[in-house]
Amino acid sequence: MVGRGARRILIAKPGLDGHDRGAKVIVRSLRDAGFEVIYTGIRQTAEMIVRTALQEDVDAVGLSLLSGSHMTLFPKVIELLGKNGLGSILVFGGGIIPDEDILRLKKRGVAEIFGPGTPTDDIVTFLRSRFDKRPPKAAGAGPRVKEGVPKKKGRNARR
Amino acid sequence: MPAAKGSINGLAARVRDRDPAALSRALTLVTDEAPGHEEVSRALFRARGRSHKIGLCGPPGSGKSSLVSRLVTDFRRSAKTVGVLAVDPTSPFTGGAFLGDRLRFQEHALDDGVFMRSLATRGMMGGLNQNIYPAIHALEAYGFDVILIETVGTGQDEVDIADTVDTVICVMAPYQGDEFQAMKAGMTEIADIFAVNKADVEGADRTVASLRDALSLGPHEGWESPVIAVSAMTGKGIATLAGKIEDHRKCLADTPEGASREKRQLRRELSLLISKRIYRDTLGRITEGHIQQLLAKKSDPQTLGKILISSRKK
Repeated sequence: MVGRGARRILIAKPGLDGHDRGAKVIVRSLRDAGFEVIYTGIRQTAEMIVRTALQEDVDAVGLSLLSGSHMTLFPKVIELLGKNGLGSILVFGGGIIPDEDILRLKKRGVAEIFGPGTPTDDIVTFLRSRFDKRPPKAAGAGPRVKEGVPKKKGRNARR
Repeated sequence: MPAAKGSINGLAARVRDRDPAALSRALTLVTDEAPGHEEVSRALFRARGRSHKIGLCGPPGSGKSSLVSRLVTDFRRSAKTVGVLAVDPTSPFTGGAFLGDRLRFQEHALDDGVFMRSLATRGMMGGLNQNIYPAIHALEAYGFDVILIETVGTGQDEVDIADTVDTVICVMAPYQGDEFQAMKAGMTEIADIFAVNKADVEGADRTVASLRDALSLGPHEGWESPVIAVSAMTGKGIATLAGKIEDHRKCLADTPEGASREKRQLRRELSLLISKRIYRDTLGRITEGHIQQLLAKKSDPQTLGKILISSRKK
């Protein structure tokens, strides 16, 4: 079987949170649902996430965060995606996120938040329905990125 | 719906202008075979032959990804820019794939001189993706000095890489077999360089020695594939490996072997394109009726196959 045009999803863990079991479960179920899943592991900065999203030309980015810094990190990723011409990428998230923050995050552009214990089927259904509504990628899409993502010193240089 | 010609030319020009977003989009177009991909491929083909192409094959668990990352560090030290294509298997049941090679590559996450793209095999056997050639040309058009391709790594039949790249590195972990294993056909026949990874592990020396032994039994002409102990973890042997890669590149440039490889690569690229078209053309016309005929033994695969192939549209 040739899965030409399979949708690509980046699963990333921003910040210093090292609990990646949940992310790995999501990666497995998305792969089983027919998606191509890129997982870059823990300790991702917003810059690293956006650069990966650009190079891998993903359709969606799933952020997994259990450490509580979602209100800074999620919007930062969305902002950087926008600055790099990647504003049409679907951003969703998961982890320990209080209800009142979910609303605020959605206002900032996060498409959906899936709390702990969400059946992975729900995430798959959500993604499929969103992707169905989108046109396939075109040759002319994406404005010119002048300088790429601004450089930082590397993954071991913390803020 | 055909893509506007202007946007295709614009895309190829932006790739040549080193716009990473354009490169990324071009890679998607050619690997998805999306509308406009043929024109993009045509435009990018002109850059063919610009970069030194290195392929890494070897069994799963041999540490290819970590080695790729180390090699990139070494190349970057000599100010070489690097494009990486890392291939992982597509599930034949779900069509999905876990593309995990980036995990070992995080050291280069923010380096402008490095670009990595993870590819799924999408049904193709041989450890690569069927659109690997246009993907390579996209990286060449961007202007990378070196292109690294990491295959899936499932086994000895992964010889397609030999006709895709200039230098083949076969990565092995210690204990993977004695000299008889090395004598078996397949991967070991195509390697220009052997890298025994995890040199820090006990038994690595023996593996290196037995490989060298096995190779010494073969003919001695032209390039003799060296066996190098490396450790992606500690960095041991990486500079030596990089040195051998450069030696091989020079050997190809200075001898007829280089031209002969180029021609093999082109021949394979053309054959792959043709067979892909014919395959799809013909496969698409297999009907339930044909299968019923076979079930009832009213016909046989040889007969039906001939009919299907010869009744293709010209």
